[in-house]
Amino acid sequence: MELYQGPLDIKEIFGRWLEEESRANYGAYIPFVGTIRAEEGIDGLSFDIYGPILAVWFERWQEIAKTKGAKVKMAHAVGDVPIHTSSYIAAVFSPKRRVALEMIDAFVEDFKANAPIWKYDLVDGKRHYATDRSTPMSGAGLLA
Amino acid sequence: MVKVEFLGPIGKASIEIEANTLAEVSKILKEEEDISHWLSQCAVAVNDVMISDLDFSLKDGDKISILPPVCGG
Repeated sequence: MELYQGPLDIKEIFGRWLEEESRANYGAYIPFVGTIRAEEGIDGLSFDIYGPILAVWFERWQEIAKTKGAKVKMAHAVGDVPIHTSSYIAAVFSPKRRVALEMIDAFVEDFKANAPIWKYDLVDGKRHYATDRSTPMSGAGLLA
Repeated sequence: MVKVEFLGPIGKASIEIEANTLAEVSKILKEEEDISHWLSQCAVAVNDVMISDLDFSLKDGDKISILPPVCGG
């Protein structure tokens, strides 16, 4: 797992991952890239990340991938990310396509629901928490 | 004493409280005006492990994290 301050250099990251796995005999590589769209007058998005729990979450996914002979990698931005640049890349490497196709879907959906990352719209240099797009994590409401 | 930290958009500095279980933490946080409205939406971790049991026992020095709704990517 890789965290970067500001936008990701997607070409460098995915190029490096391809190189790392070039002799691992995987038959399928499927990347998912998240890029900031220009919408509703935002200048970009901004992110807070809680690293320790993200690391535990990601470790569990690495174990799941291992049981299927696959490997999962991810990188995410911290702080401000302007429109038309990228905040997220994940990729699954697997021996055959079906595992990678299914795992990238499950991984990205679980990432959206349970990775400890908070998103803010950037407007005129100010951060506004993306309340309507955010999802309570599993077990939310325990203390209520 | 245990430390309670409020992550992401909650925007509140950490506090130290006396509590032996998460139920006791709940009772204290419900009385905090700037926190109570977040609680129904927040998950909880103790020492960076997600917890779903209100009777979970706490020990001196534990770190409790309050995690509001997330949206990565």
